[in-house]
Amino acid sequence: MLNYLKPYLSRLRDLGPIIAVVAFFQLVVLHQPIPQFLDILVGLLFVVIGLTLFVRGLEMGLFPIGQGMAYAFARKGSVTWLLLFAFALGFGTTVAEPALIAVADEAAEMAAAEEVIGKTAAAMAAYAQGLRLTVAVSVGVALVLGVLRILRGWPLQYLIIGGYAGVVIMTVFAPREIIGIAYDSGGVTTSTITVPLVAALGIGLASSIKGRNSMLDGFGLIAFASLMPMIFVMAYGMTF
Amino acid sequence: MEWLALVWNTLLGTVKDVLPIVIIIFGFQIFVIRRPVPNLRRVLVGFAYVLFGLAFFLVGLEKALFPLGKLMATQLTDPGFIAGQSSHAAAGLDWDDYIWVYVFAAAIGFSTTIAEPSLIAVAIKAGEVSGGAIGVWGLRMAVAVGVAVGIALGTFRIVTGTPLHLYIIVGYIIVIIQTAFAPRMIVPLAYDSGGVTTSTVTVPLVAALGLGLAGTVPGRSPLVDGFGLIAFASLCPIISVMAYAQLSEWRARRKNSNGERNTD
Repeated sequence: MLNYLKPYLSRLRDLGPIIAVVAFFQLVVLHQPIPQFLDILVGLLFVVIGLTLFVRGLEMGLFPIGQGMAYAFARKGSVTWLLLFAFALGFGTTVAEPALIAVADEAAEMAAAEEVIGKTAAAMAAYAQGLRLTVAVSVGVALVLGVLRILRGWPLQYLIIGGYAGVVIMTVFAPREIIGIAYDSGGVTTSTITVPLVAALGIGLASSIKGRNSMLDGFGLIAFASLMPMIFVMAYGMTF
Repeated sequence: MEWLALVWNTLLGTVKDVLPIVIIIFGFQIFVIRRPVPNLRRVLVGFAYVLFGLAFFLVGLEKALFPLGKLMATQLTDPGFIAGQSSHAAAGLDWDDYIWVYVFAAAIGFSTTIAEPSLIAVAIKAGEVSGGAIGVWGLRMAVAVGVAVGIALGTFRIVTGTPLHLYIIVGYIIVIIQTAFAPRMIVPLAYDSGGVTTSTVTVPLVAALGLGLAGTVPGRSPLVDGFGLIAFASLCPIISVMAYAQLSEWRARRKNSNGERNTD
């Protein structure tokens, strides 16, 4: 019984800080009672159950499948198929991402308000659609680049620092209203299911290729996936 | 009952989000790799756990934490509350009158990052790959401290109205310098931890804080100044994770040299 409950308890510990922060600010700083106490308790219980199931599912499903595909591709030895898979994974997981859809619609409204595009519904829908595709393509390209880096053993820091230098330079030239969206889009693309999958894929590849180190070469895919959208979105903003 | 209905609806939404991933994975597995998935049943059960887990997690957040967190963000950034804390409200508000906003920003950044599922995933993997040299808990603490500093700095920037790109450029310069000196093994993981922090739990609360603050501080526009907190939350963990590794290395080295001196 205790063994069964143990993972739940350790996830409860993850929530400790949030509970403490909310209670402290509500009671001590704002001097207000906690509203709907029972709802909050049930909600916390749901969060704990959810986190526990999620972590168990990671170990059983997402990690093994990511790593397994990496081994299978390494055995097959076809770089083209591997890169195609990387692109499909990046594009496919991003294009339907709800957070991205919300951001794209918001960006279209902003562009219309700044009179960059027409204020018609059609123009805004086209702008939002274009932005969504741009971000999805950028994540696909990011994973292709990241996988290529693992295969070739390029050092990560030059690529990432070069990329960030590109972001800084483009910030100077990009239209003001797109910059915020661009910076935020880097964070939007790395969803809760994509991250474990991509991490397992990278580590699987690095450990199945001779001469690669899992720690040095296996990580870094997520960094590409959060960098590339910033560059692509600013470029998208500059084309209008 | 109402809760379970919510979980069911959320589950359907998550299934829809995961569908493209499943199609891509199994499509490639069947048509390109042409081998059965090892332990197929176990993997499928794992996917089911992930889906149910996310559904419960999201409903719990939606019902318990987000409403209260967003309410608190608006209350703390309310002009009335801030003026009440100030000793010289009549003369106009200074950046130091927003002290509770910075404290709240740091606290909420830290605590939501600790609960972030994608960070848990990356930390588990990092612990595995490094053979335990990188502790799951230590990495999560380092990232959470980074996000806390980042969000607090971000709110300070909104209050003072200093340009975002200055902070970001200085941040990247620090990253470049640290990259040259930090232990090589940590660098890729540090870069990755910038991307995993801004996810399910952190973004909604932080966005509410940013928009509330930009709407309250005179002369700020939510459209232009409300964003940027996410950028801070992805930049600062890179710095803090490398700093954590540098600190551990430095302490290990000092311990070693002390040990040598004692044996003389």
